[in-house]
Amino acid sequence: MAHAEPSNYKNPVIRWIDTRLPIFTMMDREYGQFPTPRNFNYFWNFGALAMVVMVAMIATGIFLAMHYTPHADMAFNSVEHIDRDVNYGWLLRDIHMNGGSLFFIVVYIHMFRGLYYGSYKAPRELLWMLGVVILLLMMATAFLGYVLPWGQMSFWGAKVITNLFSAIPWIGDDIVIWLWGGFSVDNPTLNRFFSLHYLMPFLIVGVVFVHVWALHVTGSNNPTGIEPKGPQDTIPFHPYYTVKDTFGLMVFFAFWALFVFFMPDALGEAENYIPANPLATPAHIVPEWYFLPYYAILRSITFNVLGIDAKLIGVILMFGSILVLFVLPWLDTSEVRSARFRPIYKWLFWLFFLDCIVLGYVGGQVPSDPVFHGPDWLEKYFTFVELGQLATAYYFGHFLFLMPLLGKIEPRVPMPTSISESVLKGGGRMPAGAPAEKPMEKA
Amino acid sequence: MADTTNSDQADDGGETRRDILTYTVGALGVVGVASVAWPFIHSMNPAADTLAVSTIEVDLSPVEVGQAITVMWRGQPVFVRRRTEAEIAAADDVVLEELPDQGDVEHPAADSDRAPRREWLVLVGVCTHLGCVPQGQRTTELRGEYGGWFCSCHGSHYDTSGRIRKGPAPSNLPVPPYSFLEDDRILIG
Repeated sequence: MAHAEPSNYKNPVIRWIDTRLPIFTMMDREYGQFPTPRNFNYFWNFGALAMVVMVAMIATGIFLAMHYTPHADMAFNSVEHIDRDVNYGWLLRDIHMNGGSLFFIVVYIHMFRGLYYGSYKAPRELLWMLGVVILLLMMATAFLGYVLPWGQMSFWGAKVITNLFSAIPWIGDDIVIWLWGGFSVDNPTLNRFFSLHYLMPFLIVGVVFVHVWALHVTGSNNPTGIEPKGPQDTIPFHPYYTVKDTFGLMVFFAFWALFVFFMPDALGEAENYIPANPLATPAHIVPEWYFLPYYAILRSITFNVLGIDAKLIGVILMFGSILVLFVLPWLDTSEVRSARFRPIYKWLFWLFFLDCIVLGYVGGQVPSDPVFHGPDWLEKYFTFVELGQLATAYYFGHFLFLMPLLGKIEPRVPMPTSISESVLKGGGRMPAGAPAEKPMEKA
Repeated sequence: MADTTNSDQADDGGETRRDILTYTVGALGVVGVASVAWPFIHSMNPAADTLAVSTIEVDLSPVEVGQAITVMWRGQPVFVRRRTEAEIAAADDVVLEELPDQGDVEHPAADSDRAPRREWLVLVGVCTHLGCVPQGQRTTELRGEYGGWFCSCHGSHYDTSGRIRKGPAPSNLPVPPYSFLEDDRILIG
């Protein structure tokens, strides 16, 4: 490619830049004219919201890093200094702290949207897998960030999670010492966690770029799961979805502001306002709410299997709960994309959603506590361990058993021929007698 | 059919309703961006603990006539010189109008204003040119042509009242806020 394309912009400066690096043409094509399904509901806002949260986290994080000291003796006090002395430090910190939680709320909803409407199915498998990579990077970033204030929960959460790696056979203990930079969680650990916490968001930015790129190759899915057949099925991204996204963003900012200004510590643990004490373990070590489901899965394996240590199996299942998402496009055998036209899957989806809530709840409880109060046998044999085991079994059963099976046995429902037909006729039922449309266009 | 408000040739001389809305949203957007940017920018200004009025007490009893000491105050050197009669006289023997920095109401240039207790001269020891610490606290150091201080970075000469007399520095060495707690004890700041 050795020639410059002529640019259509009137402004000479823009035209000069665009001829040499077609940023403006590209932005106009990808975010201006980009043909987007006309029937998006508000669940399609959440990808854009996630990107806004990401930018805000990086901005607040960079300014917080100007005042934070990553040394075990000074970290806690430096965070108090930010809260009390730095101009608007309290605001930067509260935005960043609650932004972490909001980032996960947004991404979880974004993922559930994908699960419901089949956005992970061909040709969007790679898009979905990139998304899972982003989730993993987010989880690493959040974990590292929570350690930085060096409160009790920071320290002990770091201790518990880094200790998990000792479950790896033979080399586990050495790996843990390597991670720690010492013989327990201490200053070397904190220092490197700060470095990595600063680094990972920029890796996330890179993967998000590829994620959006992949999306623009296939185009977006939509609530019907039927690919656009022509211009009658799409509208230009600008102004329709720029405006809709902006509106959604304002509502989202109001929700975020609710936490930042009225209840900044509601999603956190009071224990973390106590400086880290390596000699005093808190009564209940819990991670932040967005990790609770995985924590429940981890703790549900209390028995050895075939000579493999329970701790190791718990770790494997914990990571497995996310890794199973990678292969979801191949586990789901249904030819119908959207749950809107999958009567059985629709119920199973909500059951799965409920299961995730249960797992999250279990993760926050004391395992030995009884789930219900009542007769002695109930309290003894149905504790949160058992509930967690049931919920974990259902979680994996949903992906590994139900989804492959369902595609084979689920009855077909009549579907509209196109998006515009479903929008214009308000529901998309085919007239009786007409031949049923092929549900999903193969790539 | 009723006319809509979307006529392009509008009543306000070519501006449509859409234009007005665009300007309004644009203006509000600018206000929005500014109000988001301000906390970030202001967070880089000195924090409350840095700004908090810090004071030091200095014990002057060990300082003999003709001797000078340097103390740190708010991160900067402060010169305290116990002047000899000759130095005080030299500081007075000046035509104020000929000074490069004649001062103003808040920062008078007359020596009796700069050092009310004539013996004691308290100055912030940072050259007003580009910030070097001038020499002259020790009698072995260069004191310049006027017997006060000499900044060897770019050749500024200060007199025995700390006023700039020759060289690139634009103003006299500043006098920090201080007061005498006792005859041999001052509070700076």
